[in-house]
Amino acid sequence: MTTTLQPAIGPEAPSKKRSLKRFERYSPIAATVVLLIVMLAFGGIRYDNFLSGQALLDLFNKNSYLFVLAIGMTFVILTGGIDLSVGAVMAMGTVIAAQLLSKGWSPALVIPVVLVISTVLGLLVGLMIDKFKIQPFIATLAAMFLARGLSLMITDRQIAITDTFFQKMNLTHINLWETTTNTRRGVRVSDVYTTWSVVIALLILVIAFVVLHYTRFGRTVYAIGGGESSANLMGLAVARTKISVYAISGLCSGLAGILYSFYTASGDPIVGVGYELNAIAAVVIGGTLLAGGAGYVLGSVLGVITLSVIYAYKDFDGGLNTGWTRVMIGALVLLFIVLQRVLVARRK
Amino acid sequence: MLSNTQSYADSPDGTGDRPVATPIVEMSGISISFPGVKALQNVAFRLFPGEVHSLMGENGAGKSTLIKALTGVYTIDSGSIRVAGNDVLFSGPGEAQNAGIATVYQEVNLVTNLTVAENIMLGREPRRFGMIDWRAMRKHSRKVLADLNLDIDPGSLLESHSIAVQQLVAIARAVDINAQVLVLDEPTSSLDAREVGELFTIIRKIRDSGVAILFVSHFLDQVYEISDRLTVLRNGELVSEHLVHDLPRIDLISKMIGKDLAALDELEEGTKREATERVSGGAFLHAEGVGKTGSIKPYDLEIHPGEVVGLAGLLGSGRTELARLLYGADKNDSGAITIKGEPVKLRSPRIALDNKIAFASEDRKAEGLIGDLTVRANIVLAMQSERGWLRQIPRKQQDELAEKYIKALDIRPTNPEALVRNLSGGNQQKVLLARWLITEPKLLILDEPTRGIDIGAKAQIQKLVASLSDEGMAVVYISAELEEVLRLSHRIGIMRDRVKIAEIVNQGVTVNDIMETIAAEAGQPA
Repeated sequence: MTTTLQPAIGPEAPSKKRSLKRFERYSPIAATVVLLIVMLAFGGIRYDNFLSGQALLDLFNKNSYLFVLAIGMTFVILTGGIDLSVGAVMAMGTVIAAQLLSKGWSPALVIPVVLVISTVLGLLVGLMIDKFKIQPFIATLAAMFLARGLSLMITDRQIAITDTFFQKMNLTHINLWETTTNTRRGVRVSDVYTTWSVVIALLILVIAFVVLHYTRFGRTVYAIGGGESSANLMGLAVARTKISVYAISGLCSGLAGILYSFYTASGDPIVGVGYELNAIAAVVIGGTLLAGGAGYVLGSVLGVITLSVIYAYKDFDGGLNTGWTRVMIGALVLLFIVLQRVLVARRK
Repeated sequence: MLSNTQSYADSPDGTGDRPVATPIVEMSGISISFPGVKALQNVAFRLFPGEVHSLMGENGAGKSTLIKALTGVYTIDSGSIRVAGNDVLFSGPGEAQNAGIATVYQEVNLVTNLTVAENIMLGREPRRFGMIDWRAMRKHSRKVLADLNLDIDPGSLLESHSIAVQQLVAIARAVDINAQVLVLDEPTSSLDAREVGELFTIIRKIRDSGVAILFVSHFLDQVYEISDRLTVLRNGELVSEHLVHDLPRIDLISKMIGKDLAALDELEEGTKREATERVSGGAFLHAEGVGKTGSIKPYDLEIHPGEVVGLAGLLGSGRTELARLLYGADKNDSGAITIKGEPVKLRSPRIALDNKIAFASEDRKAEGLIGDLTVRANIVLAMQSERGWLRQIPRKQQDELAEKYIKALDIRPTNPEALVRNLSGGNQQKVLLARWLITEPKLLILDEPTRGIDIGAKAQIQKLVASLSDEGMAVVYISAELEEVLRLSHRIGIMRDRVKIAEIVNQGVTVNDIMETIAAEAGQPA
């Protein structure tokens, strides 16, 4: 036996090095934070009012539904799966809500119905994946077509929502503070505001964080991503957890649909095409490994903000179009995948 | 953690007499079959508190199946399992764990992306107000690790530690669930000598606290060092149970390998080889210091035309690994190979084939034959691939070749259009041989060509090997059956623990000589 592994037993490193090593796992999320700061600084230098309070809050206001989608997606990707159905399920949520409201249903009934339907759909997808060993990619692709098809069967055009509660959620501003801006016409005083949708999204974030880090269910999600057969041999509830993450993703998609219909005061069967890819991109940019087992829901939220900044560039700069934003997102996703590879390779 | 299992303090020193106690685990009449395979047949097994009990047997003997039956991974077809006096029927690893049976598998089955503390406590995390109490978790883990003399930070990620430490963390997890039974399946296969020593210290400590330990290892030295008792399985059946100090190694090996050879010997009269010197005219292949890290230690080997070189050794001794390097199936990372005096880099099987080296794999289903093709298609496969797929062998020539080899090797049924998967094991083996013989190799490597086939077919294959070598073909013959290796080989390489420990000329050598060489304590001259 000539091979010597590192000292196996006994003090293997001075404690100072140890404590540093503990933070190494946060390096992908640190990269996201640095990137975000750089992007915000760039926007602030280049565009007027880019860093004004309202512009920053709009990063949240305009994309509250994407936050919720990305949070649900994080659960799935942490187990090593993927959910391609979230955009379509979100659209289905808006359509079911608009249709039921137009039939005179109460919002107090409509919202739970939408959430239950989307959760059940996610549950069925999870059951397919677990019981019949179908690839998550295929199962959720099927669910995507199903949800989109159902939405189009209900209506093939946009339905306006006139319900007072939805209107209220659409229009109500939560005023945070007053601000003065200098415009050419003189000094203007306005309120900096956010919306109830953002509050709901942040609430979901807190719940998701607690579930992932302070419950056995959450730790099992991570364990499955680390090694499904190991988790099974450790006696963890692998099947139940795997099914649950798809149900959670379904629930989040339904909620995103509700938030979207607050935002647009309508139900639209063709909305959200490609949003699943935005959600996946946000999760990846947020530092979560696509292979599962490593990442943070907070990172996914930072990922969504990063995407929002890119959209804000477009809004502030008339010379940029949607093509440009997609190239930018693509480049960032690529950058982060390469970064993950390098980090994983270095650790080995 | 270790103290609250029932104690057998009266057991003097843990190595000698076992207390007269009731077994903690009693398995009887256990049978398990998989499609086409009877993995276990009517096996009985018992395990006493405070002992280390080794489960011994060659590959396919049923060790892993028995362990998985006990730990709830497989469900048993018949038989009964009693744990601590109660009949149990586990439907998953979780249930077995709750019944106090903890398992550490060969490949560390933990999740490396989480912390050491979590890996110890996952599924049993301490909670306050329904939320995981991370501080209590770290504190408890630190205590468990300290009990095992492991000084590592419970908050560090498991993947930052060596495999040896990960293995010990797996044991810490197992111990911490208050296991009454600890199953260790090949826990030492990735450890070096010093780490094994540390592990054994810990195993003894756990044993002395009254835990029953089921130990599996293919390293005989380790089995004799740590075990109190052992059970031998062969071909899915129970052979016997012994106290370790009652069973000399040589008897253990013969029990593991089995002797169903009297019948074969009669068929074999004609093929017994004389250890003629066939070394004149230079070697066909010469390997010097060839090895691969983690697979096989560097070895020298010379093979001459017309010579059969046998490789003997127990399962896991490196027989197959040695052969795979000669075929380019694995790449060597040290040493050099020359063929007919020319240096050759065997980077892939393709290059080996170009050099007229053929390899019939031990796993003929997975690596050799294609079950859904006909006998004819399987026979011409290697030749076709040598020609390139664009130059299809004419159907007429295919038929002739198939006909010829079906006759020469006595393949049954004689229909060349029969599907290979419907043939018996022996006939499948002949088809595989035919495939390589068509390419007219100069060196034929046969890995367990007679495993799992009936005695008649065995003798035919042995005769064929003998006549091929008489015609000038060099053969490397690998078999777990020492008698077979002795009967056919001119020279024999003896393997143990992934090292080629000896090479002997087959002249007046007996099975016992080889067994003694294998059984010799490491470090002693063979």
